[in-house]
Parts: sequence; C-alpha cells; structure tokens
Amino acid sequence: MSGYPEYMQESITKVVESRARRLSGTGIKPMTAEERQQILEKFHPDWKPNMKRSISIGPSKEMMVPHEVADIIESHSRIKSSEIDLNNVDYDVDVLIIGGGGAGLSAGLIANENGVPADSILLVQKLRLGDANSKMAQGGIQAADREEDSPALHYLDVIGGGHYANKPELVEALVRDAPDVIRWHESLGVMFDKKSDGTMLEIAGGGTSRVRMHSCKDYTGLEMTRVVLDEFINRGIGYIEFTSAVDLIMDSKDQVAGAVLLDMETEEYKVARAKSTVLSTGGFGRLHIQGYATTNHYGATGDGIVMAYRAGAILRDLDSTQYHPTGAAFPEQIVGQLATEKLRGRGAQPVNKNGELFVYHLETRDVEASSYIRECFERDNGVITPTGMHGIWLDTPMIDVINGSGTIEREFAAMYRNFNKFGIDIRKEPMLVFPTLHYQNGGVEINAKTETNIPGLLCAGEVCGGVHGKNRLMGNSQLDIYVFGRRAGKSAADRAKNVTVGKLSLAHLDRYERWLKEANIKTDRKAPLLLPEYRGKKTLEHKLNIL
Amino acid sequence: MNEGKMVTIYVMGKKQIVPADLTIMKAIEYAGYQFKRGAGCRGGFCGACASVYRKRGSYKLQGALACQKIVEDGMIITQIPFSPNEKKTYNINELKADASTFLEYYPEITRCLACNTCTKSCPQDIMVMDYVQAAIRGDIALTAKLSFDCIGCGLCAMRCPAEIVPFNIGQLARRLESKYVEGPTEHVLKRCEEVKEGKFDSEISELMIMDKKILTNKYNNRELRIK
Repeated sequence: MSGYPEYMQESITKVVESRARRLSGTGIKPMTAEERQQILEKFHPDWKPNMKRSISIGPSKEMMVPHEVADIIESHSRIKSSEIDLNNVDYDVDVLIIGGGGAGLSAGLIANENGVPADSILLVQKLRLGDANSKMAQGGIQAADREEDSPALHYLDVIGGGHYANKPELVEALVRDAPDVIRWHESLGVMFDKKSDGTMLEIAGGGTSRVRMHSCKDYTGLEMTRVVLDEFINRGIGYIEFTSAVDLIMDSKDQVAGAVLLDMETEEYKVARAKSTVLSTGGFGRLHIQGYATTNHYGATGDGIVMAYRAGAILRDLDSTQYHPTGAAFPEQIVGQLATEKLRGRGAQPVNKNGELFVYHLETRDVEASSYIRECFERDNGVITPTGMHGIWLDTPMIDVINGSGTIEREFAAMYRNFNKFGIDIRKEPMLVFPTLHYQNGGVEINAKTETNIPGLLCAGEVCGGVHGKNRLMGNSQLDIYVFGRRAGKSAADRAKNVTVGKLSLAHLDRYERWLKEANIKTDRKAPLLLPEYRGKKTLEHKLNIL
Repeated sequence: MNEGKMVTIYVMGKKQIVPADLTIMKAIEYAGYQFKRGAGCRGGFCGACASVYRKRGSYKLQGALACQKIVEDGMIITQIPFSPNEKKTYNINELKADASTFLEYYPEITRCLACNTCTKSCPQDIMVMDYVQAAIRGDIALTAKLSFDCIGCGLCAMRCPAEIVPFNIGQLARRLESKYVEGPTEHVLKRCEEVKEGKFDSEISELMIMDKKILTNKYNNRELRIK
C-alpha cells in the first residue's frame, strides 16, 4: 500500500517509469561555475531581498544577518548585573564548558588529557548531556585517509565549496586533523562502516572530489556522540544537566572568567568562575530563519552568539545560512526532518513531478537546494502536498537497484525506520523532499587554536564562523566539532596553567544596555532564548514564503 | 491526512483535545506545555522523549517515542524523561573482549528470564533480548550488531523484570567490538603518520596563500574521482 495520497500516484508512476532510463543514462553534468552563481543569486534563500538587516550595535556592527539573528542580538540580557552576587561563587573550576554536544564533550576529554583534573572541569548543558545536533548527524564524517586522496584535495573542496570565504587557517586545521579524528574515535571504540577487506567504507558527498565520507550506518552522529559521552562519564569529568549559561562573566583584566548559569528546572542562578571558558553551544536552526522548518535539535537557539557578542566577540559570515536540499516535505508530521545526503551519495536522484532528473545529484548543498526551489517555484514542476507544501521526489528505490537489494535496510536503518513509522517504505517509494534549514554557516570568529578576540573565551563547533565559509559540505560539521572541540580542550588546558582570574564583573551587560539605548532599540526581547516557543497553535505554524 | 479532525488524549490524566495528525510531542505542545525534559532531537535520534500510554478500555501498556508516534483517540500518556540507570565506569584500554567483562560490570545480565518484554517495549524494534542473551554467551559481535540502532531511550530498562539495563550492555559491547575485535584501520593510521611527517605541508601552505583567481581555476578544474 502506498504511503502517499491517491492524487500523487500518477506522478509516482512517472518516477517509476523513468527509473530504468535514468539508471542507464549518463545523468546530468555538474553545473559550470557561472551557472552555479546564477542559480544561487536567483533562488538561494540567502539572496532573497528584505530577509536580513544590519546589526546596529557592537563590534560587528553593520554586518548583515537574518532578521531572526538580529532579533536575538538586539535583545536584553535575561539578568541585570545588580541581581547577581559575584562574590558568591558556586563553582570554581579551571575549565568551564558551555554546551554538551560533540565539541564540548571532546573539549572536556582533551583538557583532562592535558593535565586538567576531572573535578576541575565543569560542563553545563541545558538539556541532557550529549543532546545536540551532533547526535543527529546521519550521513557521515569526512577525512582524507585513502591513497588517492589527500588533505590538500580536501582543503580545495572545502574552500571552493565555501565560495572562498573560509578562513584558511581554520580549513587547514580541519583537513589536517581529520584522519586523526577518525583514529581517535576508533581508539575509543566507535564502529565505523568497513568493507570486507577491513578498509573504511567511504562514499562521496555533494562537492567532494574524492570518496572520503566515513559513516556508522546512518546513525553516524549518534554512534560518535554516545562513545565520547560514555568516555566522558568514565573519566569522572564534572557536568550538570538541565543547566544553561545565560551570560558570560568578565574580570578586572578584561578576560572571560566564567558564566552566570541558570538551573532550567529550579530557575535559580549560579555563578561559575573559570580560567578558561569554552563555548560549544551549537547553532541556530530553531530560530526558523525565514520561516523554514528545520532539521535541528530542540536546543539549537543560537545562545552562544548572543553571549559571546555581549562580551565583545567578533562575528563573521552570519549572512549565510545552510538549507539542506533534502528535508522531508511529506508526511506533515516530519516536515523539515533530514533525509541524509548519503542517500544521493549512494545514487538516489532528485526527480520532478514528471519523473525527470533536473540537476546533477551531487552539487554542493546551496546549489542543489536552489535548483529544487527553482524546479518547484519557477518551473512549477513540484508536487504539492495536502498542506500546500511543494516538494520534489528523491528516488530512493534506486539505491537498492544500484548497490544491491538490502542496502537501504543495512546502510539507512534510521531513514528506513523513521519514514516507515509514518507509512512510507523508502525501499519501494520515493521520498518527497524540499530544502530545510540545516546549519549556521557563520558565528564567532576564532583562530586555529579556537581563541577568540577576548582572552579566556574559546569557541568550538557550529557556534563559530570561518571554517566553512558561505557553504558547508556534507560530513564537515561532524568533523568540525571534533577538530575544534579537541583543539579547544588543549587550548583551555594550556591557558589554565598560566593565568589567574581577576575580580569578577558583569559590567559588559551594562555596556550592552547602553549600546541598545544609544542605537534607540526599544524592545522587550530577552536572549539567549534557551528554548524555542511552540506552545499552542505555534506548533502548527508554517509561514514559508519562498519567492 | 485527517484535515481538521480532532482527538481526545489524556496528558498525565488531564483531558486535552488536539488535532488528530499531530505526534505525541506536538500534541503536548499544542495543549500548552513547553518541554524542559522529554524533548530532544525531535527526529528519532536521541531517545529523550520516551513515553508510555494505554488506550482507554485496553489493558495494554505501550511504549513510544513522543516525536515518532501520532496521537490516537483515547490515549492516556505519560513521558518517562529519565530512568535511573547507573552506567558502570571502566578504563577502555584495560578491558578483555569476552563474556567475563559483561559479567564483571553487569553481573545482573545472568538474571535474564528470556521473557522478551524488552524487545516488545523497544520503539526502535531492536531485538533487545537477543543481544542480552548474546552478551551472556560472550558473543560481542552479535551484541554490538543487534544493539547498534539503540538510542538509549530507557524503555527496555524500565520494563525488565530482572532489572537489567540492556542499553548499557549494548554500549559496552560496541566499544569492545570496535576497539578489540575490529581494531584500528591501517590506512587511517598510515595517513595520520604521513600528516605528522609533514607530507602534505607544502601543498596545503601553497593553497592557503594562493591568488584567488588561480585557486578558483584549480577548484573548477579539479578531477572528480568519486565512483
């Protein structure tokens, strides 16, 4: 029985009928650089007018960012400096880590290995330890570890895919550490997919010139996170769950020296003092930029950029947002959820309502997403769902035809299971997909040691900008969090050995209030948001306005 | 889709009328709650939203992930956002890859009654009992394989009459399997050595300072070898 409504059957039949032709055909060639630029300018959401404004205060004043990001930046703190007693220090540690996804957990492990005792590290996490986008990565993690590949080729793919806006020293760190990240995870006990000869099973992703995507079925992030989490607990490193930072604390030497914490359940504020503070809070998908549905975790509310900016950190590349080409467009219950790029890596083609292939299936994400938007809204070749969404078919049954029967169940256990729960068997029927808000390309500026412009503040993972330029390639965020998480752990440990903390201060919050006043920003907004708002009818909202 | 149709559910006993096509998670939000616990990835990958329900008039107690289950009329629902399970701590570098390790850290696995309640309660449809039994036999590879899709929601542990925490055993098995049975991958180790020796340094340094026009040209004309 089909999981799709009767009226879509005619279109599905066309997909089935054209499959043999598409399988034997030569497909569609990748676009030229000029074609890519044209389609991005015309159809990518980043280029849509009136969706951004310039930040009106602070060190990155005038930078264009989505309204939703400007809103959280141009907000009041949740606390007043006069309300917090900084003389009453609740937690006094060497290293404070804010955010417990892959970056934060690995920072803790490496700080510990570099001489910081387990009880001198404190990780705070506003949800459960390990609950983060890190766990949701499906397709894989890139590392150039095969004979025909090299970190230099990886570098070229990353910087070209990012439209040359990336910070070179961060790309260098990313590609150079990549093989060691794989080695490290294997030594901890991560089960990567292997071929029968014992070598890594690796595939291509959009914009990669070699096969270098390592995976753990399509639970790559889950497997990597849970092993690092298991190890974190084995080492006895300090952590508190359901506790979030709400603002950083500075000291009399203009260093970051900890954070004001909020117990999410008791609503008490606590003071944490630290010699090194690592911000690893992740991205902003739950801000629903331009009304887009998102693949992101419940906690992805962009808290880190707000806290860092109030303390004076420099931001970059936040004008650019990643929309993943293949978010679920049907059924309604899972709209926006990720259909991994690995599906295309294994041969699934994007096909329009007439069963026609209309774009090379492994363009970079921004180009691929733009072409789906064009196909639906300029060419009117999308399939319209009962709730009025447009989508194009991702022809998943091709995967078993190309790679052998059973491949989908074996390599795409999560996709198969999650769609099956809502009545769609992706081995037999295609998925209906549309671009979905996926990744915060920009963020806090760091150097290769993860240092920011403020002494004492280190950042790692999606909260940072510069690694991926204006567009990230598949498998490079799962890599990013461990490359820079581990580097942050090392930098935090090195710093903790050599510094003393001055008198604690929240004067930067008063300064920020002055900036807001001087810029004539009158608002009730408070940030960080900590949790998205879905109560009542908000849970049903779709306000997507594409063109 | 059930356009406009509403159903009645009971959130921890409290009656709520919600759209029939919502997941349990969205239905609870529709009813006015904001999750602090009990919500995570919202996509079936994290296990934060373990829930149990009975339908009115039925004796059956069923488990589900709130983000993956559509509400049904008459559901009486509660979430189990936390389950008290102590993970044993160990040094992964000092373990033996055989049955003795499971028995040392989790001796209670021998209490398994083979009743299959764990398997029936798993929202991921994992053969939980089979991997617990495999662990008792010391079959690390099978324990690792069968438990691989576990997201640690805790429902199996809450229902086990022998008070076993299956997912802790699965986690231990997978780490043993990767570290000791499969071992490190040679070509990864080789590449790490080459990076350390500086084999790629000059090539990367060149790219880092390359004129943008030349770099762009190099990128646009790079050879794709992805078959």
